[in-house]
Amino acid sequence: MAEKPKVAFYWCASCGGCEETVVDLAEAVLDVVAAVDIVFWPVALDFKRKDVAAMPDGSILATFINGAIRSTEQEEMAHLLRRKSKLLLAFGSCSHLGGIPGLANLFDRESILQDVYRDSPSTVNQEGVLPLRHHKDNGHSVELPGLYETVRTLCQVVDVDYYIPGCPPTPRILRTALQTLLGGELPAKGAVLAPDSALCEECPRKDSKPDNLSLAAFKRPHQVMIDEEKCLLAQGLLCMGPATRGGCEAPCVQGNMPCTGCCGPTSRVKDQGAKILSSLASLVESKDEADIDAALATIPDPVGSFYRYSLPSSLLRRKKLGNLSNSGTQTR
Amino acid sequence: MPDTLPNLPQTVPPMAEPQPFEPRIVAFFCNWCTYLAADLAGTSRLKYAPNVRVVRVMCSGRVDPQFVLNAFAQGADGVLIGGCHPGDCHYQEGNYKALRRYRLLKRMLVEMGIEEQRIRLEWISASEAERFRWVMNDMVEHVRALGPLHLKPAAAEAFAEEVTV
Repeated sequence: MAEKPKVAFYWCASCGGCEETVVDLAEAVLDVVAAVDIVFWPVALDFKRKDVAAMPDGSILATFINGAIRSTEQEEMAHLLRRKSKLLLAFGSCSHLGGIPGLANLFDRESILQDVYRDSPSTVNQEGVLPLRHHKDNGHSVELPGLYETVRTLCQVVDVDYYIPGCPPTPRILRTALQTLLGGELPAKGAVLAPDSALCEECPRKDSKPDNLSLAAFKRPHQVMIDEEKCLLAQGLLCMGPATRGGCEAPCVQGNMPCTGCCGPTSRVKDQGAKILSSLASLVESKDEADIDAALATIPDPVGSFYRYSLPSSLLRRKKLGNLSNSGTQTR
Repeated sequence: MPDTLPNLPQTVPPMAEPQPFEPRIVAFFCNWCTYLAADLAGTSRLKYAPNVRVVRVMCSGRVDPQFVLNAFAQGADGVLIGGCHPGDCHYQEGNYKALRRYRLLKRMLVEMGIEEQRIRLEWISASEAERFRWVMNDMVEHVRALGPLHLKPAAAEAFAEEVTV
């Protein structure tokens, strides 16, 4: 029997939702298992780092890494898996764009550690102990991974061949991507394995989007009874659809919630947040500066809304260090 | 190697500044007004600060916020957008679109730790060479007072710095 191609999955700074997508393939996961050998998948199979280290370089056909890179361990694993794999895929928003963990780039490491290990109301840590990289106890010494100041996307750390977008990628996106990879004819390196058009193109409410839209204020989902048929932007909701890649079949819109932008920008756009900012701000009705400001004030968190999944991959990548105090985004 | 992470310096060490700081300002000027004002300032032999690098666009409404962010990311210390006075846009509404984007972009930049004086939108008509000169000088002085932004070295080299935790 011919040897099946080897595939690996790994997770870095992520929530585990992307692993869930693999399981959500449902029966199709059996076809995947029939077609490939899964040689490393810490969330499901008991292989260790040393097992990967023992593999010959380039022996894995494709490794899917989900999660952003924010610790020394994640960086090391990304380099190791890159070496062992012919193809490396950034799987899901965090690895593709930085994802939700990427919003940590609005803070510095010190305030994050302070918040998580000391100030958070659910934390009990009377001695105020913070994570140590090196620790000695009873003659044993342990070493822990270090946390970087800045969250990075996978491709900011290692060379990435393809990207699978989504938070998490829908089973359909993953299935199509797997078919593309196993089909033989590989797309150009660096491709995002999803359609290259905005979500609005495939939105079920597309026809109700007015040609000329102008708004006096933006609304948040809890402030309005959302019409289930009408374009969400036309209802004043901050929908990321115009600046977001499609391919997901708009499950959020179908659930009557606006798109939050998890699939990232299309190939023509470098900075998803700037693009949606441009699109939304120009919808404001008024020509008067004070009225414009009042209308825009109904977007309470521009960075968190526009860069919810893409701050580390944005042009600025992170909040400027050293200027962390002069902003509306404060730690608790 | 230090034992605890939080005791490490949190900021990127400042780059050596051998010469006195000269702000680098990227300007996007509308073809129909501010760009002509710059022209007029030149032919009128008005002297103003030489720190501004001009990109001509057909309308201030053409200035994609990505242009501004890219300028900062590539090392600009300030970005200036020049458009037609309200009501005077060659394309009817482009300058209003620019204004709306600018108001939101400025808020967002502040949230990203970039001082609001580093971005500026000014209405300067084709005949206002004197005003053009004043804006140039004023912008350069404001940015000079703020000092360098240092985004470019922060992007790549800071990572290497951090790796030595």
